[in-house]
Amino acid sequence: MKVNRSIEEINEKIKTGKAVVFTAEEIIEVVKEKGTEEAAATVDVVTTGTFGPMCSSGVFLNVGHPSPRIKLEEVYLNGVPAYSGIAAVDLYLGATALPPEDPANRNYPGDFIYGGGHVIEDLVSGKEIRMEASAYGTDCYPLKKIDTSFRLSEINEATLFNPRNAYQNYNVAVNLGPKTIYTYMGVLKLNMGNANYSSAGQLSPLFNDPLLKTIGIGTRIFLGGGIGYVTWHGTQHNPSAKRADNDTPVSPAATLALIGDLKQMEPRWLRGLSFLGYGATMQVGMGVPIPILNEEIMRYCSVSDEDLKAPVVDYHRGYPYKEGGELALVSYADLKSGSINIKGQKIPTASLSSYAGAREIAATLKEWIETGHFSLTAPSAPLPSLEAGIKLNALPQRDPEQKEVK
Amino acid sequence: MVKQKIVLRFPPHLVEQPTIYHLIKDFDLMVNILRADINPKKEGRLMMELSGEELNYQRAVEWLKEQGLRIMGLEQQIIWRSDRCTHCGACTVICPTEALAFNRPEMTVSFDEYKCVVCELCLKACPARAMETLVENANSR
Repeated sequence: MKVNRSIEEINEKIKTGKAVVFTAEEIIEVVKEKGTEEAAATVDVVTTGTFGPMCSSGVFLNVGHPSPRIKLEEVYLNGVPAYSGIAAVDLYLGATALPPEDPANRNYPGDFIYGGGHVIEDLVSGKEIRMEASAYGTDCYPLKKIDTSFRLSEINEATLFNPRNAYQNYNVAVNLGPKTIYTYMGVLKLNMGNANYSSAGQLSPLFNDPLLKTIGIGTRIFLGGGIGYVTWHGTQHNPSAKRADNDTPVSPAATLALIGDLKQMEPRWLRGLSFLGYGATMQVGMGVPIPILNEEIMRYCSVSDEDLKAPVVDYHRGYPYKEGGELALVSYADLKSGSINIKGQKIPTASLSSYAGAREIAATLKEWIETGHFSLTAPSAPLPSLEAGIKLNALPQRDPEQKEVK
Repeated sequence: MVKQKIVLRFPPHLVEQPTIYHLIKDFDLMVNILRADINPKKEGRLMMELSGEELNYQRAVEWLKEQGLRIMGLEQQIIWRSDRCTHCGACTVICPTEALAFNRPEMTVSFDEYKCVVCELCLKACPARAMETLVENANSR
């Protein structure tokens, strides 16, 4: 390969305001016009973005000690339970947590009007959060009850830590059943009345670095309107998923675990969501800069919606009961056109991930880099890719009564 | 005296009738048209303020209903809160009249309240809950 650029070289150019940056959408035309080699020779960074519902998200909080001190046991933030099974005033609030009095699907389909994601949005908006907590009391932590409120600026730490974000590709959900169903992929009308997808496609971070050749542990990213980092591979990370000739997966594959300081984020990019009949969650805005180290990385970044395929999956029986496989493979170009064809049936499509948001994130990250506000980091360790041979497990369902005989 | 803001919905065959003329002449009401969308052979919508004697107003409402017009309070209108909309597009396959539409290549959602039939399906299909009614809006404040 003729181009061999280092992260250090790119950062030198960022420092002097000379870095050439395109978004993953813009770069498609550039590569078409100039060819991969010339584009690789001139472009330093390609920025990506995605803004979709990401359930595996949440925030670690240290709320500080009252006087006398307390070892928090049962904790509610605006009525939503937070996990306290760590140190005394440390908490984890998950995006899908629900108030115990939420009727959930007892009133089917449930509204799920306020959950953990909404509390996080309120926190980052600077609103006052009510905290009601109880404890069993100890010699060192005597307080047994507290009912107070705090704002984000008044607590010690609020660290967004999302165990699984940025899915590399996702299912297209349809309903083959005879009734409307309510899923985490939205409302699905009977007899394939609609097909919902959830990926930014050509702008999506992991579609632009399919084999994780640049993204690794410590990669600095756009997260929730601020700066964050890749900490690990995400849960359910499955780089071994089947891939097309361009190395992009044709089913959900790699994932990322992300971290960042909530105090420098914006409510615009961390939005509480209510999925009818499913639950509460959070829409997370994130974007990854991809350093154009050589022609190979440039080629990966030039991928367009026509070349990216997603599996169509039935959410009536197929997904919930693991029955049957995918119904078809469709391209993101087709999905974004407004309809797809399955078995001769024209099905209207809709996205759950905001492409307009993804565009804005990639453009913002581009601006940060061009103006020298954001430099790139080299990963301190790679994420597991093809060579790891990862296989996803299903939960063993044993009879607890039948003890294994040694 | 009463003063009411209402929305009148005309079925296509009534669009060409002089309804407003009758409201003024027969019921002595003051009519202040706020918005109108009347097309030949299509359903029409008229947002207006009516004021006059209580009795006349009640009789006018009865008469309008007899004519086959649908009358809705302004609070039954659907509001699209663009500040809450994340432009995902999930609502656009649920909306039966394409009042909520997805614009390409901008990839943004838009709401045409004249096409809206207030079925309210979008209220709960929107994960970001960007669709509201005036009543709901007032309650949440």
